Amino acid sequence: MPGLFTWANLVSQMFNGLVLGALLALISSGLTIIYGTLGVLNLAHGAMFMMGGYAGYLAFTATGSYVVAVIAGALFVMIVGVIMERVIIRHFYSRPNEDQLLVTFGLSIVFVELVRFSFGSLSRSVPPPPWGVGVTQLGFMLYPTYRLLVVGIVAVALLVLYVVLYRTRLGMIVRAGIEDAVMVDSLGINVYRVFMIVFGIGAMAAGFAGIVNAPVVSLTPEMGEMIMVQTFVVVVIGGVGSFPGAILGGLIAGQILSITSMINPGYAYVMLFAAMTLVLVLRPSGLMGVRGRD
Amino acid sequence: MSASPKSSTGPRRYPFLVEGLTALGLFAGPFVLPLLGFAPNTVNQILIWGLFGLGFDILFGFTGMLSFGQSAFYGSGGFIAAYLLTQDMVTSVPLALLIGTVGAMIMGVLVGLIALRRTGIYFAMITVAIAEMFYFLENSPLSAWTGGENGIPGVPTPRIELFGMTWKVGTGWAMYDFLAICYFVGVVVALRIVRSPVGKILSAIRDNPLRAQALGHSVAAYKLTAFVIAAGFAGIAGGLLGVLQGFMPPDAFSFDTSGQLVMQTAIGGVGTLFGPLLGAAVWLYLRDFLQSTLNLGSAWKLVLGLVFVLLVCFLRRGLIGGLVDLYKLVFHRAEVEAEAPEEAPVPIVTEAEPMPPRHREGDLEAGVILQAKGLSKRYGGLMANSDIDFTVKVGELRGIIGPNGAGKSTFFKMLTCEVPPSSGTITFEGRDITGRSVTDVCQLGLTKSYQVNQLFTRLTVRENLTIAALAELRGKFRLDLFRNPKNIKGLSEQVEHTLGLVSLTARADTTVSALAYGEKRRLEIGLALATSPSLLLLDEPLAGMSPSERVATVKLLKSIAKGRTMIVIDHDMDSLFELVEWITVLQEGKVLTEGTPDQIKNDPVVKEAYLGGLHE
Repeated sequence: MPGLFTWANLVSQMFNGLVLGALLALISSGLTIIYGTLGVLNLAHGAMFMMGGYAGYLAFTATGSYVVAVIAGALFVMIVGVIMERVIIRHFYSRPNEDQLLVTFGLSIVFVELVRFSFGSLSRSVPPPPWGVGVTQLGFMLYPTYRLLVVGIVAVALLVLYVVLYRTRLGMIVRAGIEDAVMVDSLGINVYRVFMIVFGIGAMAAGFAGIVNAPVVSLTPEMGEMIMVQTFVVVVIGGVGSFPGAILGGLIAGQILSITSMINPGYAYVMLFAAMTLVLVLRPSGLMGVRGRD
Repeated sequence: MSASPKSSTGPRRYPFLVEGLTALGLFAGPFVLPLLGFAPNTVNQILIWGLFGLGFDILFGFTGMLSFGQSAFYGSGGFIAAYLLTQDMVTSVPLALLIGTVGAMIMGVLVGLIALRRTGIYFAMITVAIAEMFYFLENSPLSAWTGGENGIPGVPTPRIELFGMTWKVGTGWAMYDFLAICYFVGVVVALRIVRSPVGKILSAIRDNPLRAQALGHSVAAYKLTAFVIAAGFAGIAGGLLGVLQGFMPPDAFSFDTSGQLVMQTAIGGVGTLFGPLLGAAVWLYLRDFLQSTLNLGSAWKLVLGLVFVLLVCFLRRGLIGGLVDLYKLVFHRAEVEAEAPEEAPVPIVTEAEPMPPRHREGDLEAGVILQAKGLSKRYGGLMANSDIDFTVKVGELRGIIGPNGAGKSTFFKMLTCEVPPSSGTITFEGRDITGRSVTDVCQLGLTKSYQVNQLFTRLTVRENLTIAALAELRGKFRLDLFRNPKNIKGLSEQVEHTLGLVSLTARADTTVSALAYGEKRRLEIGLALATSPSLLLLDEPLAGMSPSERVATVKLLKSIAKGRTMIVIDHDMDSLFELVEWITVLQEGKVLTEGTPDQIKNDPVVKEAYLGGLHE
C-alpha cells in the first residue's frame, strides 16, 4: 500500500522483506559458491530459479503433493546443473571470463525459451501445502502462514548449505578451492569432480528457492531475469564468493526492496542500486568480500 | 573472444580502404538486399543495431570490457531526443539526436565512475544492475516525461536543410538513406578512434591492464573514455530508433536490448567493428525467416539461442573471425606455418646507440638519482623487507643479489610504487615518490622490466613498443581520439630504434603470442626501454635464457647502460658480476652488505648467506 505509512504496514513490509531477503540469500549463495569455486559467473542462474518452479509445478500437477513438488523441483535443477557443467561449462574453464558469460547467457535464453515453448506464456501457479494455508496470528498482526514457512524452510536450507560447506570434507575442499583452486588441484584432489558437485549444489539452491517461492508468486518464463538482477546486487553488496556475504546481502536487499516499495514501488530499484553504489564506493570488495579478488 | 588485430600500426597500403568499401556496401544495399529477401524496415533496424554495436565493440572487442547494460544509454539517448522533439523544444531532428547523444554520454560518465570501480565479472554484474535501474526509472518515477509503459509516440522524421535545399526524409528506403549516412559517419569515427593512440592503448588495456598502467598510462581514465564512447554510440542509435519507428519504445531500456546487442556482436565477430552489423543482419533475418517462413512462432528465439550457444562453443571469433581464419587457411597456409619458429634465434647485438634517457630540467649531474630510507614491507606477520637504506647515483649500474626469499622482488615493487611500503621513504631525482602511483612514477622516468613477461600478447611486437613509447610522448592521459599515430613526433623513431636495440626488427609485425621465449624476454626489456626511463630496473632479465642468449643479453644490457642508470636483479652471478659495478646483497629482507663484484665474490658472509651457515 504505497503512501500509507503506518507501523503495522512497516512491520508487515519488513516481514515481506525478510521473505524476499531469505530467498535472495539462498539464490545468491548458489551463485556465489559456483563463482567462488569454479570462477564462472552463471548468467543462467535466474533461469535455474525459474525452472525449479516449473519442474515443481509439473510434479505437483502429477501428484498433488507439495513435498514431492519441492523435491522434484530441486533435484531436476540439480541434474540440469550437473549436465550443463559436464557438457558445456567444463570446456570454458580455460577460456576467458567473457566467453563464460556469453555461453551461460546463451543457455539462459535457451532455458527460458524452452519453458515458454513447452508451457506457453500464460502464468502458472502452485498452491501452498494444506498445512501452510491461511494466516497466522502473530500477536500484533496477521501474516500469511505460508510466507512464514518460506522463511523457515529457507533458513533450514541455508543451514544445510552451511553444514555442507563448513562441516564436511567436501566443504573444506570447496572453501580451499575458493582460496586457491590450482593449489587444491595440485594436492591431488580431483577438482573437476568437485566442480561438478558444486555446480549441481549451486544450481539446486536456485531451483529449491524457485519451487519454495512458487506458491507466493505466479510462474512465468521470464521470472528468473528479475531475480537474477537482484541476485547480482546482493552478491556485489555481500562480496563475490562469500557465503556469509550472500546471506547478509540478501537480507539487506530484501529489506530495501520491501520498505521502499511501501513508500513508492517505483523507487525500489533506485534504492537498491544506491545501496550497491554506496558499498562499491566505501568497500569495493563487498561487505564480507576478500580484497583483491576479481 | 579474441579480436582480430585487423589494423596494425604499420603503414596501410590503401589508407581509406575500409571506409571506401563501407560506402560502397551501403550504396549497394538497396539494390542487393531486397533480392535476398530483406524488407527495408529490417535493413533500417540492422543499421541501427550496427551503429549501436560500433561503440559496444570498442568497449568489448577493443578494450575487453563486457557490459550487459548498454540499454541504459540506448534508452537515455532515445528518450531525450524523442522528448525534445515531441515537446517541440527542438525542431531539428539532427540537433535532438545530438543532444540525446550528449545526454547518453553524460550518463556514461556517471555510470562509468561507479561500474569501473571493478573489473571482469563484477563489471558485468554492475552494468546489468544499473541498466535495470534505468528501466525502472523510465517506467515509474520518470513516467511523466517518458510516458512510462507507453513510451513516446509521434517522433517526427527528419527534415534537413542544407545549402537552401530541403530533404524531407521519408520512410522505407528513403529512411535508409538517412540511416546509411549516419552509419557511415559512425564507421568513420569508430575507425579513427580505433586507429588513434587512444585506440592502441585500449587494446593494450584489454590484453594486460596492469602493464599498461605500469608503462605510464592512466588505465582508469582510458577505460572511462571507452565506456563513454560506447554510451555515445548507444545514445545516437537509440535516438534513431525513435526516428525510424516514429515512436520511442520503453523496451529500449530492457535487459533484452543489452542481451541482443551482446549476442549479435558475438555472432558477427568481436573486435571487428562490423561484427555487430553482420550479427544483427543474421539475427533479424533468421528471426523473420523462422517466424514467417518456417512458422515456428515464438520458438524462433529458442532456435537462435541454441545457434548462439553453439557459436560461442565452436566459432570463438564469430562469423567474421571464422571467415578470416578460413581465408588464411586457404590462401596463407605457408605464412601461418612460418610464424612459429622452433627456437629463438640468438640475437645479433646491433651497433645501434641506445636511445638517450629523457633530459630533465635541473639534472643532478653525478648526484643521487634514487634514495630509499628505512624502507620496510610487512605482509601480515612476515617482514618481506625491513629498514632498507639504499642509494644509487646517476649513471650507476647496480646489481642486487640475494638468496630466494631475500625480498628482492618486493623491494623492486616498492621502488616502482607497485606496492606501497609499510614504512620508509623513496626519493627519485630529488622528489619524494613514496605513495605515488606506478603510472606517475613511470611518467617521471622510473620503470621496470618484469621477472615474468608482462606483454600485450595479442598485439604485434611493434604495437607493444608503440604502447610503451606513447606513454612517454603523450603523458598519462590524453584525448587525441582522432589523431593519426604517424603524426606524433618521434614515435616511429623511438619504436624503430628500440626494435633495433633489442634485435626484434625482423619480427616487428609478428604477434607476441607467436614469439619464442627468448624473443619475448627481449621484448619485455624493450617495453621498459621504450619509455626512455632515466632509471631502469630489471627484475631477473636473464631468467630462463639459454647460455648463448645470456651472453647476448648481457651485451645488450651493457649497451643500454650507456648514459642510463640501471639496477639489475639476477641469480646468474657470473653474468651479473660481469655486468655491474657495484652490488647490494639482500638477505632476509635486510641489506647484508655492499661492494664491488670482487669484494662480494670473496666475502665470507655472502658465501654463508647462499650456502647456509653451519651454526643453528
